[in-house]
Amino acid sequence: MSTPSYALRDSATMLRRNLRRMLRYPSMTLMLVGMPIVFLLLFVYVFGGALGAGIGGVGGGASGRAQYVNYVTPAILLMTVSAAVQGTAVSVAMDMTEGIIARFRTMAIARVSVLTGHVIGTLIQTVFSLVVVTGVALLIGFRPSAGPAGWLAALGVLAALTFALTWLCVALGQTSKSVETASNAPMPLVLLPFLGSGFVPTDSMPTGLRWFAEYQPFTPIIESVRALLSGAPLGNNLALALGWCAVIALGGYLWSKKLFNRESA
Amino acid sequence: MSTKPSAPAITATGLRRSYGDHVVLAGIDLHVPRGTVFSLLGANGAGKTTTVKILSTLLRPDGGTARICGHDLATEPDAVRAAIGVTGQFSAVDNLLTADENLRLMADLHHLGRAEGRRRAERLLEQFDLVEARRKPAATYSGGMRRRLDLAMTLVGDPQVIFLDEPTTGLDPRSRRDMWQIVRGLVASGVTIFLTTQYLEEADQLADRIAVLNRGRLVAEGSPEELKRRIPGGHVRLRFADARHLDVAARVVGPVVRDDDALTLQVPNDGSVGSLKALLDRLDHASVVVEELSVHTPDLDDVFLALTGNPDGPTHSGDAADFPNPANDKVKVTTR
Repeated sequence: MSTPSYALRDSATMLRRNLRRMLRYPSMTLMLVGMPIVFLLLFVYVFGGALGAGIGGVGGGASGRAQYVNYVTPAILLMTVSAAVQGTAVSVAMDMTEGIIARFRTMAIARVSVLTGHVIGTLIQTVFSLVVVTGVALLIGFRPSAGPAGWLAALGVLAALTFALTWLCVALGQTSKSVETASNAPMPLVLLPFLGSGFVPTDSMPTGLRWFAEYQPFTPIIESVRALLSGAPLGNNLALALGWCAVIALGGYLWSKKLFNRESA
Repeated sequence: MSTKPSAPAITATGLRRSYGDHVVLAGIDLHVPRGTVFSLLGANGAGKTTTVKILSTLLRPDGGTARICGHDLATEPDAVRAAIGVTGQFSAVDNLLTADENLRLMADLHHLGRAEGRRRAERLLEQFDLVEARRKPAATYSGGMRRRLDLAMTLVGDPQVIFLDEPTTGLDPRSRRDMWQIVRGLVASGVTIFLTTQYLEEADQLADRIAVLNRGRLVAEGSPEELKRRIPGGHVRLRFADARHLDVAARVVGPVVRDDDALTLQVPNDGSVGSLKALLDRLDHASVVVEELSVHTPDLDDVFLALTGNPDGPTHSGDAADFPNPANDKVKVTTR
C-alpha cells in the first residue's frame, strides 16, 4: 500500500485538510502574520531613528530610519518564518491531542503523508505571510536594490529555512504534551534573530555574545537575505546558510519520523 | 489487497504487554469468528484498551501473536490496517472540519474515487442522522453526534473487522441506545465487531460471546447465557427500618447474607410470585416490618462478582450514576 504514488496522493489529501483547517481557524494565521508586522513597525518607528544613526554613521531621525528599514527587514522576514512554523508546532500538537492521529495510524495510508501535509501547508502559509510582510515593509520605505534574480534567490533561502524549521517544529509539536507547550517550544526561534545580526551588527556586542551571534545559524541566513536583496557581496554566507538549513531539515525530519513511528502509549 | 475469506476475523495467542514493571496484559488468547460480536468486558485498567491498541497495530505486544482476517499483525501491518476500522473512546474526528469534510477526508485516504466517496459520505450521513449538521464543524456537535460521526468515519473504508473501544462511555442513555441500534445494524450487514465495555448490560445486549478481562487475564469466556449459568440463582433483598427487625427477620428466614450497616438481608429466591408470597407470609407471622423489597434475577453483574471477587465490578465503577442498571432491579416494592 505504501507505493510512492499513494504517498503523493495521501500527502495531497493531508495538505487539503491542513489548508482547510487554516481557513477555518484564521485567527491563528492572522496572529502569525501580525506579530512580525508589529515588530517591523516597532523597530522602524520607535527604535529606527536611533539605531539607523548608530549603524550607518549618518544623522539620526528620518535618514537614519530610512536606512534602518533596509537593514532590519531581512530580520523581520526571518521572524515571519519563525512565527509561521510556530503555528505548525501548534497544529501538530492539536492533532496529537485530538486523537485523529490514532485514527490515521490505524489506516493503510502512507504514514509520512500526515507530516508532509503539515510541512507543505506551512510552506504555503509562510509564503503568504512573507508576501504580506514584504508588502508592509515596502509601504514604509523598504527600498531593496535587488533585481528579480536577487528576489527569487532571497525567497529561495527563506523557503529553505521554512522547510528546515517546519520539520523541527513538527517534531516539537509531537513531543509536546499539550497545545500550550507546543506554542512555547519554538519561542527561541523567534528570539534568535535578536541574538544575531538581525537588528544590530554583531560587532557592537560584547565578546561572548558576539561570538555566539556570529556563529549561530540565523546570522548567515540573515546576512544572505540582506546581501541578496541589497546586491551586496555574499561571501560564504549563502553556503553556510544553506548548509545550516540542510542540517536542521535533516535532523528535524529524522526526529519527527522517529517520534511519529514510536508507539502511542 | 488480499483477503482470506476462510480465516477467522481475529485470532490471538499469548498476547502480553507491560509498561515498565506494570503488567497490563498477562497473556491472553482470543478467537473471534467472522460476522459475530465479541465483547471484552472489564473494569477501568483491566487492559481492554491495550488489547484494542495491539490488535489495531497501534502498540506492539511484548509477546504473543495475532492475526486479523488471516493477516499477521507483526509482518503484515498494512494488510491488517486495510481490513479494520477503529473507533476509540476518545473521538478521532477533525473538530475544525464538518461532517461532510471529515467523511470525504476518509474517502480520499481510502483512495476512493470522487463519485464513490461522495456516494458513501451521503449514505453514512443519512444512516447516522447527521444530514442536518453536515455543514457545521464537528467542534459544535454533542457527544452523541460526535461519536456517530466517529463511527461513520470508521465505516467509510468498509472494514471487515470493527474495533469499538468503549463506544458508549460518557454518552447519555438515549445516545447509548442509538449506538446499540447502530451496532446491531452493522452486525446484520456481516461485519465482525470487537467491542470493549465496562457495562455488563451492554455486553449482554450486543455480544454473541463475552470474555471477562481482569488484571490482564481472561477469567471467563462464553455466551451471555453460559456465563449467567455459572452463578447461583437469584435472590431478593429486604431492607428493614432498624436492627431489631433485621435480627428477627434473620432468624425467621434462615441462612442469609446479612448487611448490618445497610440493614439488609439477601435471601435466595427464584423471584416467582408463589415463593415471594411464602417469604412475606413468614415475615408477617413474625411481625417483621419490611421497609423495602427488591427482586434480583442473576445478571452479568453477579457473574463478574463471582469471577473476579471484586465488588467494584464494572457497573459500579466510574460514572455508574449516569448508568442505572434497570435489569438489576426487576421489581422494587416499598411496603408500608
